[in-house]
Amino acid sequence: MQIPYTVEARPDTGLHNGKLGIWLFLASEVMLFGALFSAYIILRTGSVEWPHGELNIWLGMANTFILIGSSVTMVMAWASLKLKNWAKHRLYLFLTAALALVFLVNKYFEYSEHFSKGEGPWHNTFFGLYFTLTGLHGLHIIGGVIVMLYLLGPGAKMWEKNPDQFANRIEITGLYWHFVDLVWIFLFPVLYLL
Amino acid sequence: MDNVASHGTTTGAHAAHAHEQHEHVELGFWRKYIFSQDHKVIGIQYAITGLLFLLFGFSLMMMMRWQLAYPGAPIPLIGNLFGADKAPGGIMLPEFYNMLGAMHGTIMVFLGVVPLAVGGFGNFVMPLQIGAPDMAFPKLNMASYWVYFCGGVTMLTSFFLPGGAAQSGWTSYPPLAVINQGGQTMWLIGMVFLITSSLLGSVNFIVTIVQLRAKGLSWMRLPFFVWAQFVTSFLLLLAFPPLEAAGILQLMDKVAGTSFFLPSGLVVANRVVTGLSGVSTDAARAGGGNPILWQHLFWFLAHPEVYVLILPAMGIVGEIIANNTRKPLWGYRALVYAVGFLGFMSFIVWAHHMFMTGMGTTMSAFFQTTTMIISVPSVVILTAFLLSLWGASMRFTTPMLFALAFLPMFGIGGLTGLPLGLAPSDIHLHDTYYVIGHFHYVVAPGTIFALFAGIYYWFPKATGKKMNDLLGQIHFWGSFICINVVFMPMFIQGLGGMNRRMYDGGALYQHNAALLKWNVVIGFGAWGLGLFQLPFIINFFSSIKWGKAVDRNPWEATTLEWSAPSPPGHGNFLSEPVVYRGPYEYSVPGAAKDFSPQFEPERA
Repeated sequence: MQIPYTVEARPDTGLHNGKLGIWLFLASEVMLFGALFSAYIILRTGSVEWPHGELNIWLGMANTFILIGSSVTMVMAWASLKLKNWAKHRLYLFLTAALALVFLVNKYFEYSEHFSKGEGPWHNTFFGLYFTLTGLHGLHIIGGVIVMLYLLGPGAKMWEKNPDQFANRIEITGLYWHFVDLVWIFLFPVLYLL
Repeated sequence: MDNVASHGTTTGAHAAHAHEQHEHVELGFWRKYIFSQDHKVIGIQYAITGLLFLLFGFSLMMMMRWQLAYPGAPIPLIGNLFGADKAPGGIMLPEFYNMLGAMHGTIMVFLGVVPLAVGGFGNFVMPLQIGAPDMAFPKLNMASYWVYFCGGVTMLTSFFLPGGAAQSGWTSYPPLAVINQGGQTMWLIGMVFLITSSLLGSVNFIVTIVQLRAKGLSWMRLPFFVWAQFVTSFLLLLAFPPLEAAGILQLMDKVAGTSFFLPSGLVVANRVVTGLSGVSTDAARAGGGNPILWQHLFWFLAHPEVYVLILPAMGIVGEIIANNTRKPLWGYRALVYAVGFLGFMSFIVWAHHMFMTGMGTTMSAFFQTTTMIISVPSVVILTAFLLSLWGASMRFTTPMLFALAFLPMFGIGGLTGLPLGLAPSDIHLHDTYYVIGHFHYVVAPGTIFALFAGIYYWFPKATGKKMNDLLGQIHFWGSFICINVVFMPMFIQGLGGMNRRMYDGGALYQHNAALLKWNVVIGFGAWGLGLFQLPFIINFFSSIKWGKAVDRNPWEATTLEWSAPSPPGHGNFLSEPVVYRGPYEYSVPGAAKDFSPQFEPERA
């Protein structure tokens, strides 16, 4: 039994199922991070004093460019696939995952530095929010990396059997990845700069 | 239930999908019944699990009502099973009472009603009603059930851990929820599972309804039940994440020593609250948090959640009324717009649960206004249903009894919400038994009656057998009378000023003295209600084997699910479904039959 519109788009909506599905999921993610940003606003505006200059802005900025770069490589991975260039697709998808891992390594260094100074989430409300927000974001990065590794590994077999469905999967992975990047674009100024 | 999958591989949409691969591997027991990807099996899994949790949550309440009716008396029969830390000598400790209260609410809402109404009915009926072979994402569907199951196991396990289950209300307000020892952490973990399950399910429902409607099934030809599930899914998708965020923050407060919700200078039992879990002992580090932040995040979900509780029920009632009046539903277009508007409005009323937190008059005026506005679409829907009865050729089938009872019961529930939604009267009524009476009227003789109606109505589709009518009548009348005996006196108690969540039934306060007798009355109502579920349970299981066998359309209904075999096989329909008309073409002038199904090409 086939589920219709898994691969081809439904004429009246112009969408295949996965694309609609991922947009809906991203809407829920907006609500999730939105709630956490709202918590940040309420706690900060309600506070008497708020720490400044606690975070490593250069590392944060580097991470920002790394993630933006990974979004570019993600688009290239999808575009190469649509142009039937399998080798290029593999290269770009691998680069995307690699850049994501660099991001995570940077975050590891950042976190260790803070922990070594006793600045854990318990240290004050700012750090509580910093660790919760970046931690949840980091979990989303890890999730994305796992999906990419699957699509580089066992999942790549689908390109032989059903290239259009495989392309769909890369497309929706890309949409998810752009969202994760977008969240960081908000996180960086809010936590590091303001 | 055996029939659902065993029709399996030989029927199905072969003829229509000629290009399909014809490899139908016969699935083993585990893939067919346990880790199934078939929406019908998953729907039944959700329904049975949900019903079991409803029974369990109700049992917790029956115990609580004993303590309220006879404070300090040992619980009969089972009192000695709970151990000295919960009920020494069979006498319920206050901590245990609080556990039962918090878990009753949590279990009924998140483990009982929503899984049955959305996971059960939505999964089983909706794809059939839109002519789809299954949900858009069958694997995701399977995952969403099992994640729900894990959440349920987590919640149940919490009773057996040291400190017992969560005991700070289903609302888990800090500071109490954070500083209380006990199963709150497990509650939070359980909620993360349940919210994840809900999220996966809601994406699936929306994509299925948008993308998998059959040929000819335009939006305004959808059964009202599908519209209701559609809006419900949006509520779940968008309202749950803030509670997930809040849950994460409270979990951090409990295990990582943060103070998102703990205010500065908090003193409990003459001691300043310091960091938690031994992570930080510096008094200066606990604080800077905002307990009201939790309330905002919690109610941002929990208000739309109550519409999640009612909308599927309204959908079910709509189907059954149309079918048993042999008339189209009155005001289909109004119903659709009302349900959509209701969904939208449900996001901007949440702080009417917080009128007593010290909010300013501007905020209060805003939320009172939106709350009054949201009553309009609810009334439109109820009125449309009532008007649907005018001039009806009424058939008092068992589903119809429950569906008809829903109308006045929801009416009482809705009307009693008005003095709660207006701040001046809420000052007197907030946190009293009036609130409990209000919301139980909407959910218990409201939603749960509608869910019973749905079970009697769709049981023949799922099993190929009808449930017994005599047992259905006993179940209905007994439940209807007892449920009103339980909840009507609560308005009297609430108006008299009796507070909620009091372990001694309110005996501590003198102003409650004249109201205490109602606790005994309510107790008997509750235990009677419990007894009257026995005919239902017996009926449900025995009819699977011994019920009267029926064919595809025993109710002579018009919607698509009744064109599939009873029970439907893998792929649901024997040939590709096509829709020719609207969902409620009953008693069409000039037609030969008193119903013109959506799926029949020629008017009969």
